[in-house]
Amino acid sequence: MEIDLSVNIGKLKLCNPIVLASGTVGYGEEVANFLDLSKIGAIITKSISLKPRRGNSPQRIVETSSGMLNAIGLANVGLDEFVKTKIPILEKLNSNVICNIAASSIEEYVECTKALNEFEIIKAFEINVSCPNVKEGGLIFGNDLTAVGKITSEIRVATNKTIIIKLSPNNSNIAEFAKVVKQEGGDAVSAINTLIGTAFDIYTKKPILKNITGGLSGPAIKPVALAKVLEISRSVDIPIIGLGGIMNWKDVVEFMIVGASAVQIGTVNFINPFAAYEIIDGLIKYCKNNSIINISQLTGTYQI
Amino acid sequence: MNKIIIENSIIESNDKLTESIYLLKVHSPIIASKIKPGQFCNVKVSDTDYPLLRRPFSICDVENHLIVFLYQVVGVGTEILAQKMEGEVLSILGPLGNGFNFDDDFETAIIIGGGIGVAPFPFLIRNITNKKIVSYIGFRNKNEIVDYGLTNCKYATDDGSFGLKGTCIDLFKSENTILNSKTKIFACGPNPMLKSLIEYCSDKNLNCEVSLESAMACGFGICQGCVVESKEDDEYKLVCKDGPVFKFNEIKL
Repeated sequence: MEIDLSVNIGKLKLCNPIVLASGTVGYGEEVANFLDLSKIGAIITKSISLKPRRGNSPQRIVETSSGMLNAIGLANVGLDEFVKTKIPILEKLNSNVICNIAASSIEEYVECTKALNEFEIIKAFEINVSCPNVKEGGLIFGNDLTAVGKITSEIRVATNKTIIIKLSPNNSNIAEFAKVVKQEGGDAVSAINTLIGTAFDIYTKKPILKNITGGLSGPAIKPVALAKVLEISRSVDIPIIGLGGIMNWKDVVEFMIVGASAVQIGTVNFINPFAAYEIIDGLIKYCKNNSIINISQLTGTYQI
Repeated sequence: MNKIIIENSIIESNDKLTESIYLLKVHSPIIASKIKPGQFCNVKVSDTDYPLLRRPFSICDVENHLIVFLYQVVGVGTEILAQKMEGEVLSILGPLGNGFNFDDDFETAIIIGGGIGVAPFPFLIRNITNKKIVSYIGFRNKNEIVDYGLTNCKYATDDGSFGLKGTCIDLFKSENTILNSKTKIFACGPNPMLKSLIEYCSDKNLNCEVSLESAMACGFGICQGCVVESKEDDEYKLVCKDGPVFKFNEIKL
């Protein structure tokens, strides 16, 4: 039996539902020397902002129970350098590239999207409205329905490519945000970004992260992520890219059952950079054993 | 850059050397054949999601197809590692980072190790040929001293229970070592120790490389967690990918 793992997200066709999450594959070149990216659904670049960002002072990461906190602070080379040095490399990678954009104003989001829209290698945009680790922008937008709507509609004018809005779990009504994204012409949502968390040293009584708080990721957040994906899929008809703590193919199946059309894997790439391969193999076996010819049939098959 | 691989490696031995320091030998023929002095591996100490991340350890030595790590029990991960027995399997990711440069023109190698900072030097020493080597090592007290694989050692302890009372830097400065343009210093240890060494080397215009440690998630340049300030510009360098070995004048501690 030939299994079809391909899925569609808006106009974007993926050869399988596995997408490497922003911030866990650099600009692609960092992983291309040990991964054949053509075998993976897509990769999402680390967030690009209009101006370069140095990122937060160390300490930037700390491990927690079955998870980790990061406060990198959207460190990136900035739009100009990305266009000059990173895009030419991406063009050689034979990969589906989704460009993640972060900004501190609506105008910046639009300017970045416009500037990147002409590059054929970029197949879609993932708009980061929910980074918990920067003071300006980021989460401020992610918690504001009107702002998310405005960002989506303005970016829609700037590009015909697939627009994915990456939603924050740090609010109480994620489905409302997905609804607004759909209304304003967005093609899909990614759910979820990291959860805000912190950790303290009990002897010095100081926060371990210089930024005080960070974004929690890893298996610790999977139940939250699943609940958010389910919440969106039960009330809004929009493709969802599920993410949050996926470690293996079983987690992927679970996300698809609750409503994800595709998934992103993030933290696991730090621990097992070959996880995507293992997950894809596992999905093929699962489909074979359960007579699933097209994996897209799995999406939203929850029995409640 | 070397291609990174994951090798599921059988433990040959995991011996307790002091109250907190262990010597671990594992069968990793591929990594053993590729890894260079000063590079490191990222080791998964459990098969489960706890602890989640790998633990980075300097390569201490290579014996044919065995790779050797010298590690100190400092937290949950190393506590689990210390319980591992011969025959158990560890997932080892490597080789990672850039090692020491020891092909350049020097006559005397000075090794400076603070505490578990001695870990990367046995493999380096094994690879330095036809040069004079002196090792200055410092520990908290006599019971914590580990000079495994080192050569021509001078000792310091914080409490004076063995060798000079003071740090390995105090010891290095106190010895009338001939320091000149044909001397190269290789150092590893806590950041405050390396910071004072870097200042000393700047003053005396000495050739020195330091190996840093840092919290990190991936070990291969992706997570951006392990930054250290660059001296040349306002940017950050990554300990895992740009280091862990740096020229003393590349970084600000």
